[in-house]
Parts: sequence; structure tokens; C-alpha cells
Amino acid sequence: MEQKETILSPVGRTGGGSYLPHRKNTSLCESVVFPTPSKVVIPLSQHIGAPCTPTVKKDDKVYVGTLIGDSDAPVSAPVHSSVSGTVEKIEDILLPNGKTSPAVFIDSDGEMTPDPNLKPIKIKNKNDLIKAARDCGLVGLGGAGFPTHIKLKLKDETRIDTLIINGAECEPYITADERCCLEDFDDILEGVYLIKEMLNIDKVIIAIENNKESAIEKLYAVASDKRDADDTVKVMRLTTKYPQGAEKVLIYSALKRKIPLGKLPSDVGCIVLNVSSIAALYKYIRTGMPLVSRRVTVDGGAVLNPCNLIIPLGTKISEVLDYCGRTEDGPSRLLLGGPMMGTAIPNDDFVITKTNNALLSLTEDEVPAPTACIHCGRCASHCPMRLNPSAIEQALNIGNTHKIKKLYADYCMECGSCAFNCPARRPLAQVMRMAKNELRRNK
Amino acid sequence: MTNKLIVSSSPHIHAPDTTRGIMFDVITALFPASAFSIVLFGWRAALLIAVCIASSVLFEYLGCKVFKTEVTIKNLSAVVTGLLLALNLPPSLAGKNIWMAVVGSFVAIFIVKQMFGGLGHNFVNPAIAARIVLLVSFPAQMTTYYAPFTNAVTEATPLANINASYGAKELLFGTHGGSIGETSVILLLIGGLYLIIRGVIKPIIPVTFIGGVALLSLIIGQDPLFAICTGGVMLGAIFMATDYVTSPATTLGKAIFGFGCALLTVIIRSGPAVEGVSFAILFMNLLVPHIDSITVRKPFGWEAPEK
Repeated sequence: MEQKETILSPVGRTGGGSYLPHRKNTSLCESVVFPTPSKVVIPLSQHIGAPCTPTVKKDDKVYVGTLIGDSDAPVSAPVHSSVSGTVEKIEDILLPNGKTSPAVFIDSDGEMTPDPNLKPIKIKNKNDLIKAARDCGLVGLGGAGFPTHIKLKLKDETRIDTLIINGAECEPYITADERCCLEDFDDILEGVYLIKEMLNIDKVIIAIENNKESAIEKLYAVASDKRDADDTVKVMRLTTKYPQGAEKVLIYSALKRKIPLGKLPSDVGCIVLNVSSIAALYKYIRTGMPLVSRRVTVDGGAVLNPCNLIIPLGTKISEVLDYCGRTEDGPSRLLLGGPMMGTAIPNDDFVITKTNNALLSLTEDEVPAPTACIHCGRCASHCPMRLNPSAIEQALNIGNTHKIKKLYADYCMECGSCAFNCPARRPLAQVMRMAKNELRRNK
Repeated sequence: MTNKLIVSSSPHIHAPDTTRGIMFDVITALFPASAFSIVLFGWRAALLIAVCIASSVLFEYLGCKVFKTEVTIKNLSAVVTGLLLALNLPPSLAGKNIWMAVVGSFVAIFIVKQMFGGLGHNFVNPAIAARIVLLVSFPAQMTTYYAPFTNAVTEATPLANINASYGAKELLFGTHGGSIGETSVILLLIGGLYLIIRGVIKPIIPVTFIGGVALLSLIIGQDPLFAICTGGVMLGAIFMATDYVTSPATTLGKAIFGFGCALLTVIIRSGPAVEGVSFAILFMNLLVPHIDSITVRKPFGWEAPEK
């Protein structure tokens, strides 16, 4: 077991956090390609930043990978068709976050014909890489949806010494990244070395929580590749503790560097990319096929066959649930994303987008009724940002914005550890969001 | 889709801990000391415990009705308050003066807790406040202590009994006069350890409180073991000063609070009054908002603002 000794241990340990139930029921479920949907509805806003404007119109013929939406805004990511077929209409739809976005409705011809213009991409320098990251419509696939090309586009004077590959996947249920490590290994391998070379990065840390040993073993091969003669690519075995995958927590675990409020990882000399994002980027470079589908973990008590699916973007959630089988009693809640930070949706009319790493159909019908705060301090002691949510709630209740600011509510990253641990079942994550809003409003 | 789906803010899962569970842990932790009080003081201790708990729960119920809030007796917090109050009373109250215990419950639950908004809103510890009200109102009855294993033979508490000397064993096991639950040091420590292991309390307040009393007593030339084993230091430091609502939020704040309690205890004891713990905790309770506001933790990634 000589190789194990070269797997790194975390160098930093943040306070707070929670030990959650793992519920990684689907970690052994090999991903299945979802059958071609008869129709897709592709929102033109699937990322942080400006929504795209459509580049197709009604009755246009599109192929898999055809550009259907783009934007001139600096922070945005283009959108491509995920099926071949005909544009039925372009209309506004409701997104899970409550906003509306124009969406392209495409009737599939069932053929899934790739766009004939797609061809492998040649990457010769840094700018080619950034252009590729933009052209394929890549955004952070871990759930944040931040356009990847913005992360890679650095000021000339910024020196990046470390690339961190985020395979923490700290939310319960979700195994999409873990399956990606096992199934898209070649793309991750090539992607890592390509990015390292093009951005001239000294070292790479592939960070995975220690409840995913098979992924750690598999990705160890990246670190032991012959290209890594000077031994600068390492795998790190992270402690399984939520929110280990949160960027600030991950960077502290990997490098013992703290990101100040409002700053980015590049300000402390590193870039963090999700494993699935790397795999998707290299797949585009290898084949020319942009981001048109993604791996989604479908699980929960109301799903008959929990699984990992590779689903075309814009596929209706109702079709996915039908495919996986619904229990007779049905779910009590539907979540896009994990149970800690995912969004609850009111019905299954929504669609799969770039940031949906999971679709959970849960049966727990308990709606915790909040009771009085007993000031036990669990919210504060589990906060990875060292805040005191119960004090912030008191300040919010009396509308004391000054106090909210003095309690540093703006540092909150909404991981939900406070509300998870609250014995009085107070909706503290919601309180923190409201407190942050209050600060923004009174700026 | 026929089901109506729950749409709520994340997170969508919860740790199993509940308020009721925490209160149950406190009751469990107090069980050894409570049981031993009955061994020491017989039916008097049993009667005090029963009356205090029953009247506390009753006043909690009435308080919720009067102030038109949801009835919260199921969360067991009134049981904890009643039990703590009983353990802080002298066995002599069990008799024709038992009504004083009921007055104590009324002060603790109705006045200190419910009138200020119920659970989580009291600004001082209810049981401590009730004990002090009784002590000030009925000084003679509240300081008539009985020797253990006897039928009402009066005996002063070790702190007041300057003529007697006590062995370490006597102090640790608590076979001497006192409030019914304050004497058995070892059983109170076991209860405290249980609460720490269960994650209900953090050790910082008991450690700074008890350690502070020992240290300060040593400095002023008193026997530190005697100082921490008498006068309700253990009961106060482990079970009363650690009350969530009336103690600071951060580790630093808790340390200041615990040491402040110790300092005041030793100061009060060195004056004409012999019992300092209750007053020390009450006074420090009042300082909690101020301690909290000067001990806000710097968040992760905090940088000193540029000048």
C-alpha cells in the first residue's frame, strides 16, 4: 500500500460544520444515458450573470450542440441545444429560484444528430483554453453556476500557484461527481494536465472526501501519471464533514489559506474547479460537443429506482421521475440539488439545467414547526464562518441593521449548518438570507 | 402529480436534537444528585422536589394561558426549573412552610420566565431568582438546615459553621447540612460530565467558575477544596450558570462569565454573607448582553479594515 502514503491529508481545519447522514445510495450505480426526450425546454439563464438572447427562431432546425443562445455581456455563458429537432417557440418560463427566463422549446426528432459543424478543439495557449471554456457554455457544475471562463480569465499580474479540483461532494445523497471520477476518468486526467500546462500552474490538488475511497483510488492514477515527473499533482483525502466542498472551506483544508470577504480564490493564488466541470471541458476539447447534458443523481424515498442519469439539458423533471419510477404514495417534497442547499420546487414542471447535480424526491413529511430559541449556541458552534445566527435573528427581528452588520451576517455562505443543528427547528438559513438582504438594501 | 409538495427554505433535513431532548438530558444529569438528596434528607427532599416540579409545571401552564401563548409544558423546561429550585431549597421548608416552595415556583416560572416572554426570553436564571426572592423574604426559614440522616436535627451548612471541621470525604459525598441538592459534589460532577459528553453544555463555564473559586480562595488563604465543595458552587457552576438563555454565546464570553461568577462568589463570601453563589450568578446574568456584545467572534477570513 505504498501509494496511499502519497495521498495528502488536509493541512487546515476550519471550525464548525456538521456530520450529516451520508445516504450515498447511488454511489455504485453506473450512469445510464437518459432516453431521448420528445421535447426539451432550455432556459437561456442557467448561470450567474446576464441571461442569453436567443440565436435561433421558431421553426429553425437545430442539432445536438447547436448554439441557441448567447450574450455579449462579460459574465454569461452560451446555451446549446441538447437534442436535434425543430424550435417550437421561445417563451418565458418560471425558474426554480422564482425568476423568469426566456427558454427555447425544441421538439426532438428523436435522432440526436450532432451538429455537423462540431469538431475537436486545438488548444495552443491560455486564450484558447478560456475561449473553449466559454464556447462550450461551461459553468460551475457543482451547483453554483458561475461561468468557468471567468474563473480562468485572470489578470496578467495574478499568479496562480495551485489548481484545486473539487471532488468533495459533501451533500447527502449526491453521487454525480463521484460517478464522474470513476466514469470520465480519462477526460479528468487530460483536462488536469492541459489546464496545468496552459495556465502555468505549479501544483494540483485533487480533493475528495474520505467517504469516496473508490474515487480517491481512481484519481490517484492522475497523480501517478508519467507526465507528473516532478510530483506536483496530488490527491487529498478530505474529512467527511459538511460543508467541506464549499470553496472557502475547501481552500482552507487544502492550502490553509483564508479568502477575505468579497475576494475570490485567485486573490489567494488558487483556482477551484469541480471534477465534473473539468471532465465536461475536456470532453468539449476532445469532441467539440459543448455542455448539452449532465450527470444527475436521482434519489429519495419516493423514487423506485435511484440512479445516476446522463440527462439532456431542458428535459422535464416529470419525465425523469417517470423514468426512475414513482412510488404509489409519492413524494412530500421535490428538491433540485442536495438536502442542505437544494431548492424545493412546487411541482414537477421544471426542467434539468446545467447546475442540477441532483433531483431528490423525498418522503419525509415532517415540516418542523419552529419553537422558541433557547440560545443553546449550536448554530454558532456549527457555523463554518464563526457567526452567531441566533443573535443575528434577534437583530433582524427588531430591524437593527447596524447590529446585523456588527455580527458580520454578510460572511454567511448559506450552507444551512445552523438550521440543520437547531433543536428549536428555527429556519436560521432563511433568517441569514433575510439578514444579508437587509444589509444589501441598506448599503 | 397529485401530492401537495412542501416548499420550504433549505436545509431540508435536520439533526435529531430537540429542545425537549436537551431538557430531558438535564433532568437525567440531575437524577443522581436528586435521588441522593432523598437518601440524605428523606421524605422532606422527596416532597420538595415533587411540589416544586408540580407547581412549576402548573404555573407554566397558567402563564401560557394568561399571556395567550402556546402551552409549552411538553418541552420539559418547567420541570428542569422546578427541579433546580427544589435542589436549591433547605429541607426545613418541607413541612408547614411548603407553601414557600410554591411561591418560589411562582416567582421562577410566572414572574421571571413567563412575564418576560416565556422560554428563551428570561434575562436571569428563574430558579436562582426564585431562591434569592425566598432568601430575602424568609431569611430564617431559608437558612434552617438539617443534618442528613436525622429527623430535623438542625445543623448549619459548612460555610456558616465555623466551629466544625470537615473531612474531604464528607465534603465530596455531601454528608452534611445544606440545600437538598447542593451537597453531593461527586454526583453533581457525574451529572456535569454526562451533560458535557452529551454535548448539552460546554465545559468552559464550570471550569472557569469552579477553577476560579479554587484559585481565588487559595490566594486569600482559604482551603480551595472546602471552597468549591460547599455553598452550592458545584450545583451553581454546572447546572445554573450554564443555563443557555442567561449565559454568553462565545467561548471567551463564557470564560469571562464563569470567572466573573467565581470572583463575585469569593468576594460576597468574604463579607458578612455566607452564601455567594446565587447572587454572583444573578449579577453575572445581568451582564450577559454586555459580555456578548464585546465578545463577538471575528468571522472566518476576517481582515482588519484598512485605515
